Amino acid sequence: MNPATHLFQAKVSGARRHEKWVFALFRFATYFVLFCGLGVFLNIVAKGSRTVFKAEAPFVNIAFLTQAPESLYLFEWEGQKREMGDREFRAFKAAHPAAAQVPTESYVYSAGGIFPCIVGTVLLVLGSMVIALSLGVSAAIFLIEYADDGPFIRFVRLAILNLAGVPSIVFGLFGFGMFVIFFGWNVSLLAGWFTLAFMVLPVVITASEESLKAVPKGFREGSLALGATKWQTIRKNVLPYALPGILTSSVLGIARVAGETAPIMFTAAYVVRDKLPWEVDHWSDFFFQGVMALPYHIYVVSSKIPQNEYTERVQYGTAFVFLIIVALIATLSIVLRNNLRDRYKW
Amino acid sequence: MTTRPPSAFARSSALSANSPASRLSPAVTPEVLVAIDHVDFFYGATQALNDICLQVEAKRVTAFIGPSGCGKSTLLRCLNRMNDLIEGTRLSRGTIKIHGVDIYQRDVDVIELRKRVGMVFQKSNPFPKSIYENITYGLLLHGRHEKKHLDEIVERSLRGAALWDEVKDRLHTSGLGLSGGQQQRLCIARAIAVEPEVILMDEPCSALDPVATAKVEELIQDLRSRYTIIIVTHNMQQAARCSDRTAFFYLGKLVEYADTRDIFTNPTNPQTEAYVSGRFG
Repeated sequence: MNPATHLFQAKVSGARRHEKWVFALFRFATYFVLFCGLGVFLNIVAKGSRTVFKAEAPFVNIAFLTQAPESLYLFEWEGQKREMGDREFRAFKAAHPAAAQVPTESYVYSAGGIFPCIVGTVLLVLGSMVIALSLGVSAAIFLIEYADDGPFIRFVRLAILNLAGVPSIVFGLFGFGMFVIFFGWNVSLLAGWFTLAFMVLPVVITASEESLKAVPKGFREGSLALGATKWQTIRKNVLPYALPGILTSSVLGIARVAGETAPIMFTAAYVVRDKLPWEVDHWSDFFFQGVMALPYHIYVVSSKIPQNEYTERVQYGTAFVFLIIVALIATLSIVLRNNLRDRYKW
Repeated sequence: MTTRPPSAFARSSALSANSPASRLSPAVTPEVLVAIDHVDFFYGATQALNDICLQVEAKRVTAFIGPSGCGKSTLLRCLNRMNDLIEGTRLSRGTIKIHGVDIYQRDVDVIELRKRVGMVFQKSNPFPKSIYENITYGLLLHGRHEKKHLDEIVERSLRGAALWDEVKDRLHTSGLGLSGGQQQRLCIARAIAVEPEVILMDEPCSALDPVATAKVEELIQDLRSRYTIIIVTHNMQQAARCSDRTAFFYLGKLVEYADTRDIFTNPTNPQTEAYVSGRFG
């Protein structure tokens, strides 16, 4: 071994080597997570974009985004393999009566598009957001600004936190028992809205409480000292500053809940529905109709129909579109926050 | 300034009948505006004020001095009932009367009280709104909306707070863009915009540099002709420079209350003397 050439000469010691191993392990764990995440994401993007995008103009598969799901028919016709959607096949049979006798292979939901599911999901998200925000922000204002901190309020807080840990299927069952059966709303948008809203409530309340707490006490005191009532103070001088935080966390919470299948499968989602949500006889029927929804559709097409090259298109396409929608909601929340934050900065 | 009925912050109009005689007497002897009478005040089980008796004269600057924790800020916050916001506080004995009306009696509307008794805080707290909106905040609360009227009051208040020339070109930029001293003067402007009678100042200069402090003190001198000012301060020179009367508190008790000149040159109480000469505190 060479003698040390200077005071700070690097030495090989057990602790040093140990440290290297530990950090290598941490590095591996991090890269492994990244690898898995990217694997799932890229797989869906790669296969899904084949359904959603096209090589020629207009580059987007308009039909997939604007049509209802149909069954896919496969058959041989004059020595050629043909695949047709339900409507197309019926027209074909009308034109060629002999086609009715041809042996066919069929896969449900594998042709057409997913438009009703997109519409249903957007409606579910919007409605539950309105309900969750109004209930959640009100509750947070009560807890932070009005309620005296006592054992009861601590119990309420604990209950709200625990609500966040309840499995989504339990929320689904609760919604089913409460809204679908007890209130008699049947499988409907309204039942789905409330079930989803209750699921995000813990997130919305906690986020709102934190945002309200972050508003400096001086703003409240300054306002009260000018002769404002408590409510005037909250409305004009507390809530506006808390809003960016409330909205960001809440919208992100809703984006997550929008992906849940369990809460809507008993309360709001139909496997298939021919009519679009606005095709109702009376405006009040709007709230009491079930809808198709993307997460449930993904569940149906990936578990109820065979996996092969013909069904893969709709499976990956739906997942991809769904990812895009969730990403859009998240982006929206960030844009919203940045705009509001620029207006009220302290 | 307009004369208001003496008990404007009483909810019921019945009270306005007991107009205090002092209000009507000629202004030869200084008029007593705030009368604090044997007040005990508690935070939970801790007694913060012990048997305080003190009379604040109208259109004068009264300084509350004393070491930290002596109760001077607590007493100040009793005067517009800001202590109500703190849980577990109570005024257990005594009365505080403004214009002869006990502000702790049941039918007092705190909102009315706080309109008449404005406050400037230790830490300047302009709202994260424009300078203009900061000033109009209180006015809009009380239902004044005409643009022309608001413009007028904004200018008058900012001039009153000696801030107009510095900010007149950027009224619609954020109040938080101002310097520390300007922010504090903005808070003073905001307080005088609602035309209070009394302005409570809770160590308004403790976070300011000497130049900004001098400006605020100058402003206090300008305001004394129109408002009754009560200022809590740690800075004895400040009390000596800008107040007419000084009250010295120690451990929740009022030790001495006299003309500022007497407190600083000829205190009767040895504790006061020790404090003002810098031997403790």
